[in-house]
Order: sequence, then C-alpha cells, then structure tokens
Amino acid sequence: MTDIDTRALDRELKKGSAELLILSLLEAQPRHGYELSKLIHIRSGGLLTFHIDSLYPLLYRLEERGWIKGTWVEKPGERRRRLYKLTAHGNRVLAAQIKTWETFVEAVRRITAGADHA
Amino acid sequence: MHDWQNEVRARLVSLRLKPEREADIVDEIAQHLAERHREAVSGGARPDEATRVALAEFHAGNALAQRIAALKQAHAPATVAAGASTGNWLADFWHDLRYAARAFGKHKSFAATAVLILALGIGATTAIFSVVYSVLIKPLPYPNADELVRLRHSVNGQFGGADFEPTMYVTYRKENRTLASIGLWTDSSVTLTDGGEPERLRGIRVTDGTLQTLSVQPLHGRWFTKDEYGPAADGADPVIISYGFWQRRFGGADDAIGRELSIDSRPARVVGIMPGDFRFLDYATQPDVIAAVRLDEPNLIISGGWSYQGLARLKPGVTSEEARADIQRMRPIWIDSWPLPPIAGATREVLASFPVAAVVRPLKDDIVGGAASMLWVLMGAIGAVLLVACANIANLTLVRADARRQELAVRAALGAGAARIARALLVENLALGAAGSALGLLLAYVGLHFLVALGPSNLPRLQEIGLYAPVLAFTIAVSLLSTVLFGSMTVLKHAVRASAPFVATARGTTTSRERNKARSALVVVQVALALALVVSAALMIRTFQELRDVDPGFAEPTTVQTARIWLPNSLLGQAEQYTRVQHEMLDRIAALPGVESVGFASALPMEGPGWAGTAPIVIEGRVPPPGVFPTTRGTKFVSPGYFEAMGTRLIAGREITWGDIEAGGRVVLISESFAREIAGEPAAAVGKRIRTFVETDAWREIVGVVQGVHETGLYEEAPDFVYFPALLADMWGTPLVGTPFVAFTIRSKRAGTANLMDEVRQAVWSVAAGVPVTHTRTMADLYSGSLARTSFVLVLLAIAGGMALVLGIVGIYGVVAYVVAQRTREIGIRSALGAEPKQLARMFLLQGLALSTIGAVAGLAAAMVLARLMQSLLFGIGPLDPLAYVAALVAVIAAATLASYVPARRAAKIDPMNTLRAE
Repeated sequence: MTDIDTRALDRELKKGSAELLILSLLEAQPRHGYELSKLIHIRSGGLLTFHIDSLYPLLYRLEERGWIKGTWVEKPGERRRRLYKLTAHGNRVLAAQIKTWETFVEAVRRITAGADHA
Repeated sequence: MHDWQNEVRARLVSLRLKPEREADIVDEIAQHLAERHREAVSGGARPDEATRVALAEFHAGNALAQRIAALKQAHAPATVAAGASTGNWLADFWHDLRYAARAFGKHKSFAATAVLILALGIGATTAIFSVVYSVLIKPLPYPNADELVRLRHSVNGQFGGADFEPTMYVTYRKENRTLASIGLWTDSSVTLTDGGEPERLRGIRVTDGTLQTLSVQPLHGRWFTKDEYGPAADGADPVIISYGFWQRRFGGADDAIGRELSIDSRPARVVGIMPGDFRFLDYATQPDVIAAVRLDEPNLIISGGWSYQGLARLKPGVTSEEARADIQRMRPIWIDSWPLPPIAGATREVLASFPVAAVVRPLKDDIVGGAASMLWVLMGAIGAVLLVACANIANLTLVRADARRQELAVRAALGAGAARIARALLVENLALGAAGSALGLLLAYVGLHFLVALGPSNLPRLQEIGLYAPVLAFTIAVSLLSTVLFGSMTVLKHAVRASAPFVATARGTTTSRERNKARSALVVVQVALALALVVSAALMIRTFQELRDVDPGFAEPTTVQTARIWLPNSLLGQAEQYTRVQHEMLDRIAALPGVESVGFASALPMEGPGWAGTAPIVIEGRVPPPGVFPTTRGTKFVSPGYFEAMGTRLIAGREITWGDIEAGGRVVLISESFAREIAGEPAAAVGKRIRTFVETDAWREIVGVVQGVHETGLYEEAPDFVYFPALLADMWGTPLVGTPFVAFTIRSKRAGTANLMDEVRQAVWSVAAGVPVTHTRTMADLYSGSLARTSFVLVLLAIAGGMALVLGIVGIYGVVAYVVAQRTREIGIRSALGAEPKQLARMFLLQGLALSTIGAVAGLAAAMVLARLMQSLLFGIGPLDPLAYVAALVAVIAAATLASYVPARRAAKIDPMNTLRAE
C-alpha cells in the first residue's frame, strides 16, 4: 500500500474519524497528548500522523464538548503531565460513533463486495 | 536546550487566552516537543537535527493558533491583572478608595495626624477668609450697592462728626447732574415713653431720598410720603420701625401698622416695618426707629449747624470723581441760594472762604475703611500657617511612602503602570484632603462664632459675618490646592520609581539622601514661615506694649464709672434748666458712699465718633485775615469736677468752677499741645483768650491747661482740645448754650459694680424721675474698646504664630528623629569605636540647628516683607523693630534646639551592642 498518497489518506480519514480515534484510544486508559500521537502513529503503521497542530486543537475541542477531560497529574519525582480521560458523555458518544462507523463500513463493504477486485 | 515554552508561547500570542489556560497549553505542548526531541536524540539524531524534527510538528501558517482560535477558550474576556487598571476609571477610583481606607485603617496615627493638621490649617483659613469675604468683598446688602456713595465735607482736611445741613441737601438735590438720588440722615436716639421704665431706642432721622437711595422696601407698610417730609403737622409723627423692634414691642403682630407709640413724650404712628435683614450702614446697634426730617423747604435758611450725614446713589456710569466735582461746582450755587443766618459776620464771602472740600467715596470703602489692611494681614498670616501645615503633611507622607516602597513595587509587578500607581496615590491624598476639609469646615464654623464674639465691636459689618457660598467654594479650592501641594511630592516621586523592578536591600537605601533632601527642604520652609509669623506676632506684642505705655490722659480707668443721662424733651431749649438739673444730680451722686469725685461732660475720651465736636477757634491777637480760616480744634463741654474725676492732670492754672458758670462761663481750659502752640510754655498760655470763629461769640479766658488726652484713641496724638464750661453765654451766636446730653464720670473704688450703678440711678431719679441712664461702663471698658482692634489682630497673629511654631517643631523633630533612626547602625559603630555620647548627640543637634538656622535666615526675609505690609497696624515701632526680631529668632532657635535635642539624646543613648547584633 505504499503507493497510496498518505497525505490524502490522512486528510480524508482524519476528517471523519479523528474524533473516533482519540475517543477509542482513551477508552482503555487515560493518556497524555504525546502518548496519543505516538499510539496513533504506531498502530496505523505510520500511515496516520497527528502533529501538534492537529492533535491539541482536537483534544481541546473534545474537552470543550465535555467528551474528554484533561487533568494535570503529578507523579512523585516526575514533571506534571496532562492526562486526558474519557467522560461518561464521551463514552456514549464513542459507542454511537462506533455503531455509525461499523454501519458505514458494512455498507461500503456490501457495495464494493459486488465489484470484483482482482 | 531549546526553550520549547517560548516556541509555543510565541505561536499563541495572538490569542486571547486566559493566562492560566495559556500557561497550561504552553506547558503541555512544550512537553510534547521535549519528548519528541528526546525520542529523536535517542534515535540517534544530533541535537540540532532533533530540534528540527521536533519543530517540524508545527506546520507552516501557525495552524495551531488558527485552530485553537476557533474554540471557545480563545475568546476569554479580558481579565484584570491583579494590579493593572480595568480601563473603567470609576471602578478604579472605587477600588483605590477602598484600598486607601484599608491602608489608613492600618496606620491610624498617620491618618489621624494628617487629617487633624490639615483640618486645623483649612479651618483657620476658612474662618479668616469668611471674615475677609463678609467684611471686604461681599457687596453691601442694597440693590446695585456699587452705585452708592458716602458724601462728606472736609474742612482744612479734617472731618467733623457730620457734614451737611438741609439747605445743602435741597440745592444738591435740585442742581446735580451726577446723582440718581441723594439723602441725609442724622442720629436721633429717642426715648420710648410708653409707660413703665422708659426705654432708650437707637434711631435715625432721614430726609426724603435716603431710604430711596438704599432702595430697601419695607416688609410691611410704606416709606414716608412727601407730605410727611414736609413741614411739621399736628398729630402723630409717622415712624418706620425695625423688624427686631416689631417683634419685641408688637410680638410681630399683623396689625402693627397704624399702631401708636409714645416717643419722647409725643405720639408717633407706625407706618412701615423694615425687613429683618435690613442693615442701615454698619451701625453696631441698628436703628429701631426711623423718623422723617421735616423740612419747610421754601423757608429754610443756612443754619451753620452741619449735623447731618449724607449719602447718594450715582447715576449709572458716573464715577465718584465726577460726583465730587459736581458737588464742588454746586457749592457756590448753594451759598447764593439761601438766606443767611442772623449772625454778625456770616456773609456770603466768609462762607465762600471756608476751606471746605467735597469728598465722595464709595459707600463700601467708607464703611470698611481701615479694616482692610488688618484683615489682609491676617489672611496672609493664616495662609502661611496653611502652607506650614501642608509642608508638615508632605513630610509625613514622604516618611510613610518610604515604608511603602515594597508595597508599591509589588503593585507594579502585579501589572500596575506608573500612571496607575500615580492615580492610586492621588486618590489616597484626595481622601486625606476630603476628610481634612470636612473636619476643617466644622472647625471653621465653630471658630467663626468664637471670632465674632472676640471681634472688636467696631469691626465694620461684624453682624454680616457668616459662611457664604463663595466661602465654601474657596474652602474647596484651598483643600484641593493643599492636597495637590502635599501630595504631589510623593505621587510624582513614587509613581515614577515604583514601576521599576523592586530592588531588595537589607538596610539603607540608594535614594535616602535624596529623600532626606526633600524632607530637609520642607523643614526649612516650615521654619522660615514660622519665623515670619512669630515676628509678626512679636511686632503686635510690641505695638500693644507701646500703646499701653501711652498715657491716655486719665488715671486708673478701672475706678472711673461712666453713665449717660438723657433729660426729658420738655427741658430742651432751656439751657439753664438742664444744667441746673445736671448739677443737682452731680451733687447727689457725689454724696454717695465711696464716691471720690464726680463730673460730667458732653463726650468721653475714646467714646467713639460723634460725641465730641470740632470748631474753628480764633486766638486773641492772632485773628486770621479775611479769607483765611482759623484752625479747627476739638471741643467739649465739661462740668467742674470732670477732670478731677477722670484723673487728668492739670499742668497750669485752675479748673472751671460753678462760680465761673454762673458768671456766664467766659472761661475755658485747653489741652497741652494747644497751649504750647499759643504760647510756647503751657503756663504762659494761661490768661490768653480765645473764641469760636463766630464773631459775636464771647472771648473766653484760658484759666487752665490740662495734659493731652487721647480723646480719639491711642493711635493718634492727643489732639488740640478746647474744654468749654457746661453752660455758656454768647456761644454759637446764642445767648445761652448748654449741654443736654452728658456722660457722668464717677471716680470710686466701687466702679463697675452693679450696686454702685443702682445707687447712681436712684440718685439721678431722685432729681428727675425715670430718665434713662444708659451706656454704663467704666473708663477701662472704653480704653480696651479703643484697643479692641489691636488686641484682635494680636490674638489672631499670636495663634497663627503659635500654630506655625508648633508645626515647625514637629517638623524638625521628625527629620532629626528619622535621620537618627536611619543611621542607627552607624551610630552603633561609632559608639563601639569609642565615640562619646555627647559627641554623637552634638552631631545630630548640630544637624537640626543647621536646618533651623537656614530656615530662620530665609524667614527673616519673609518676616520683613510681612512686617512692611503690617505697617499701618503698628504703633510706636517700625517694621524692623530689633527687639521683636531678636525675640522671635530666640524663640524659634530655642524651639528648634529643643526639637533636635530630644532625638539627638536618643542617639547618644543607643547601645552599640543592640544595633550591631541586629545585623
């Protein structure tokens, strides 16, 4: 899949799925911003990259909506870090978005399944 | 190590984030960058490559800021940095005010001291300005008062007691070109004879035109009609009464108009009532009764008795000078218009030769007269006290501001700019100023009552003194000015400096010398002003001493009781009769226990104007050529025993006796100065003869010479006086002339006591029942009355000088104490190194003295200026009287020494161990 224009893929997928990605990553445990960006990068196999410009405004937007909450956490001997976690509201949104996404993916699969991809 | 925080911050600068939020974001993203960098480095990149990698997280075009800008948090309302201005000046002002109140609450003694000092300064200034305004500046209480003028005639440059006669009035009224109206009046005190004890009422008689000139309408009723000014008719005399009399006598009844009174045993009818605020010129006792001067105008003749006073209203646009020239022009017309009196020698040529000049002065100037210089001097003195007070407060605030450097620096760090801090300090000072002014106004109100009570009764317009609107405006202006004065120093200094970063210093400061210079300068100003005021007070004290040293011409005034007797009208016109009655009364009073001697006279020394007379006196052998007028001398009518009762020394010859009087009274006594003029030596004047300028009057032989008596007051030289006997033949062209209204003088150790006066009244009434006995006072009262104005000025200047001196002492003490406190460490070291306590004390003592000396020298210059302004108030000394200056200098230097000594001694007592340990 190396000849796919990653930047175009980025843009397209991010547009619709960025929030879903963040929410689902936070579902498992609270994480801080850098961790989120690394996770996305690694789990997408390098296909998706969230730079500061995109990541933090997104996080702040989600925070403003009340879907996630960021808190400063200070562990002994360490600098304080801002950890984001999913709120109850965010949980419900995540479930709904996953449903929508699955429905959409299923629909696309059904439509494209008819075409023959050799 | 790259500053990640700055990288982030720089990109967020355009957003309006709350400071905490911005800090959070910066921190967070900076950490992200740091981690990226660390990761790159551990991945093998070089530090600068790693940095580039990290920074690659930012895309071009500051997308970060753009995206965050779309969020709500980027639109936080502008917050107030803790110390910065809100932009809303009302909110700022309120905040500053609360802050100031809190600050003063914590430093109560400073606030209380400052407010008190300011209140004293402003209160005193307001009170004195009230007097100045009410007396000098406020217009007279008449419509268009600046058109009113007082008309006078001066003879040989001297003024008599009154200057007009009715024929002049008629001529001037008809022929003038410059006057809108003219009127005469004369004092005419009357006796209310309604039954019960007769009451003596102050009254005046006015011609047509007088009331119109003043233009004050009656409250009820009317003015006199033309007929009522005409020839005397039968029936009751119409009178206009004062508001006060209306209240007293009629209880303010509505039907008082038309009611009848018995005045001088004749019927009178009330036709008008004047309003409560009507003031007839500046009479200390306002007239209760106004009657009409009734003139049969077509049949008047020149009488030569100029017993009326004149006033007029100028036509619009006319000056006093033009009116004066007009009256001078009319004089020859007057001389030619009327029949002459049937007195030999009274020809038109003689009349024309009288060296009479018309004098026209604005009425206000005439009333206020000599009071102006006195009041302005007092105003200047009190202004100086206010300056001293402000200097004192400025000093206090400077000291306090030092202690607040830290607080001000913190405010600057919290975001307050220099302008903001300046405004805050200004508000503090305004708060002080407002509190001081409010208290000062209260003090002024109280002080004004005290001033009016203390004020000399001959201070013009004394009853009109009060706190008027212009005075309040003045107070506000003065308060603002004072606030600016004492506040500006600190506001400017600290606003400018405080906005610089606060530099922590352990002890001593970089600008202590500069601050001390300011404080020292203030103290020098205070001492200078204090010295000027103390000198002026000392000059008044010296004046007072000199005045008291003047021999007034009578002895032991506390033992001389005086009283005026008013004989019933029925006796008037029969000179012999009333002299006989008076003689009888005199004998009865002389018989009272404790009475050493008695006499009576037409006027008493220092009784005030209007009682004694003047007349041109011809000396035998020195009759002036025609056209030249003999010099006017003071005249008085005295009984035998008068000089003995007064304690006036007889220098040559003998006193008048009752035998002389029975023989026609062709004798006189004269005063020492007149005797010397006539004959060189007083004794040589005895036997010479004089008469009045009326040619048919008898020559009278000088039988005695008395010491000069200060008949008109202590400030002037004892005038030339002629003392005529109480009853005279061939005087003023009349066969027999007496003195109907006399003042008795009774020498007794019991003078001034109520029971002596009761006995005197009984004695008087045993001769003529029920006659009013008034003006009962001792010669000492008259004497202090003549000193009243001087005492008034003296007391006030002494108070001003005292206040300034006390404030100056406080100032010096403050500076020296402060310097000692500042240099405690240095003193401790010196002491440890073996300096004697006396040496240390002397060091600071000299510092205080140096300041005071500079101040005193500067003050000398100010004192000399003030003294020159005061010159008209001084007597017997010049404005540079050495005694006064030396005394003042000594007082101020002594005070300064004391003020420096106390803190200096404390310096000497400083224990070096304590100071050094406290390091």
